[in-house]
Amino acid sequence: MPTIQITGGRIIDPSQNLDQVGDLWISRGRILPSGGGNEEAEIVVDARGLIVCPGLIDVHVHLREPGNEEDETIATGAAAALAGGVTSVACMPNTIPPIDTQAAAEFVVLQGRRAKQANVFPVGAVSKGRKGEELAGLGQLVAGGAVAFTDDGSPVSNAGLMRRALEYSKMFDLVIMQHCQVMELTAGGVMNEGFESMRLGLGGMPAAAEDIMVARDIRLAEITGGRLHIQHISTARAVELVREGKRRGIRVTAEACPHHFSLTDERLRSFDSNYKMNPPLRTAEDVAAVIEGLKDGAIEILCTDHAPHAREKKMRELDQAPFGIVGLETLLPITVTHLIEPGHLSWSEAIRKMTINAANLLGLSKGTLRPGADADVTIIDPSTSWTIDASQFRSKSRNTPYDGWEVRGRAHTVVVHGEVRYTLGGIVQETPAGASPS
Amino acid sequence: MPPADAPGSDPAPTAWTRKHLLGLEDLSREEMTAVLDTAESFSEISKRSRKKVPALQGRIVFNLFFENSTRTRTSFSLAAKRLSADTQDFTASVSSLSKGETFIDTAKNIEAMGCDVMVVRHPTPGAPHLLSQHVSSSIINAGDGAHEHPTQGLLDLMTIRRAKGKIEGLTVALLGDIAHSRVARSNIWGLLKFGAKVILCGPPTLVPRSMERLGCEVAYRLEDVLPRCDVINVLRIQFERQQGGMFPSVGEYSQFYMMTQERVRKAKPDLLILAPGPINRGVELTPEVADGKHSAILDQVTNGLAVRMAVLYLVSGKMPAGE
Repeated sequence: MPTIQITGGRIIDPSQNLDQVGDLWISRGRILPSGGGNEEAEIVVDARGLIVCPGLIDVHVHLREPGNEEDETIATGAAAALAGGVTSVACMPNTIPPIDTQAAAEFVVLQGRRAKQANVFPVGAVSKGRKGEELAGLGQLVAGGAVAFTDDGSPVSNAGLMRRALEYSKMFDLVIMQHCQVMELTAGGVMNEGFESMRLGLGGMPAAAEDIMVARDIRLAEITGGRLHIQHISTARAVELVREGKRRGIRVTAEACPHHFSLTDERLRSFDSNYKMNPPLRTAEDVAAVIEGLKDGAIEILCTDHAPHAREKKMRELDQAPFGIVGLETLLPITVTHLIEPGHLSWSEAIRKMTINAANLLGLSKGTLRPGADADVTIIDPSTSWTIDASQFRSKSRNTPYDGWEVRGRAHTVVVHGEVRYTLGGIVQETPAGASPS
Repeated sequence: MPPADAPGSDPAPTAWTRKHLLGLEDLSREEMTAVLDTAESFSEISKRSRKKVPALQGRIVFNLFFENSTRTRTSFSLAAKRLSADTQDFTASVSSLSKGETFIDTAKNIEAMGCDVMVVRHPTPGAPHLLSQHVSSSIINAGDGAHEHPTQGLLDLMTIRRAKGKIEGLTVALLGDIAHSRVARSNIWGLLKFGAKVILCGPPTLVPRSMERLGCEVAYRLEDVLPRCDVINVLRIQFERQQGGMFPSVGEYSQFYMMTQERVRKAKPDLLILAPGPINRGVELTPEVADGKHSAILDQVTNGLAVRMAVLYLVSGKMPAGE
């Protein structure tokens, strides 16, 4: 592993409350103390005008392998992550077969290592077969590398099982992530239930379906003392419930995805399946509440719910097309354009939600630039304006509503395990020791 | 008005510039008026002994029906034939869709056979819109799920306009299953743009309060609404589009919402009753009402043919006769 000197960048590391211009040194996969000690740089990255931060962590992605490799593989998903500035992903267990055994978790870890792109961490299923009936072997999943548990794709509907999961997972101090949705209220739904669904004649999924499950699970977290994480929060009331739960000292966290703070259900007027996701796009009031939750800390994590689907699947009629959009390559620019530039979040606040907060959620020793930490670093060009072009995605799928959007901010260079694994344009600039960076 | 045998003098449809008819939400009052005026001129053709004009000679109209239909498909077929177009029916249940082919690929194959106009009925809202982005034929929405049924909306407007001489200022109630009705949605857009007052009446599970935002009145008690109505459009319960359990029983629904002679007597003497069909006698309206003097149900069918001729003619680019 080369010794890398990243020079003249604006180093933002919320884990240390750090926001200053300086150099960052990396060697043998670790962050070096300031100045780099006695090391000599083999690679020098000129980061003047750029932001240098801990590698971004996405706690919620779907990589589709095994079972739906036509949509994405662990290798293509992890490459897409790098192109988006993401150095670690936690992948959901709704694969075929699901990640509900130690062997299945180990398969993900192995494929992630083979891909040698972003770090890939499996999230284990809460229940066997994700059927919501019996607890999966949570301890064995941990032994296989699982960093959290969820039945995502669907909720743990059975309140008794959810209670047991929250109780049992305390022995590992790992979090139960929940896709909050009362299925009886969303059956047949394609989009948010409300004025727009009524206008379009499309089946609706009421906000209350999310709110009720969030309320139930926060109460279960309270009585069990377990760690609850609300995935892809999308409604105003759910944000308020999380805020209230935190106030009462309950161990609850929440995440939000770019589509839930940048798009509303009015987009479905186009009948474009790239606006079909679950939870669905909500109203402008919900979008405002999600942004407010991000601002006041009720929502402490930004992630993608990266959900790749092959073109032929998304081309189907709206009720037959699958839910979800790809997100790894648009997380950063949509965050910059819709949260940072309008002044909702500072750079430091946004980066915190994609680094140390995410690392803490999953118990990873990442998300920081402290000396000795894993050398996962993202260098961001904060001011570049560009047009999102889905045809250029590294993801195997192209299902994005952001194709053609004019955005700001982009990953410039990405370092994983002390290796430069991505640079915009694909060029890694190597500068001989002693030479000045251009 | 065009001469009926050669509508080359351009029947006032200067307002019409569209290639497709996907819904009434997008249409202006002027565009709808253009269709209605054109339909009026075409309706004369049906009264002749030789019910055919060469307006669309050489054109191919495909009926792509991915959902069951009798009257709409027949009406479109007949309308196309009266304009001398070649017509071909496509039925999803006996097509390659059952072999796994996608809806879009099926349509592309049909287009490759030289189709000019696709009349599309589909159980999914937005399916005709999706198709319009993938094929170059003109698309006419013949009903997309619970979204819109624009030709039905237009024929209802035509029927009201003929019976009442106007639409503006009338009070029109849509009665029954509003939530799952594409007819309701097209009627609402059309009626509101023509300046009618629209009342939506039915049980709360079938009449969403959010419709008020469109400018409609929402009411749950038919008795409260009846005396104010100039027109009542009796909509069918869309059992095929419901999850079920929207009301306790058909009997209970009929008790509260079926149009009976007794209820008709509580309305204005010149009440006009429409029903898009298929009508369920004894559920949404009694046979006496369906066949009574207030009913315009069969007029709707007749007007539907003229409206569909007009729409086929207009989307086909007003091709002169004999071209």
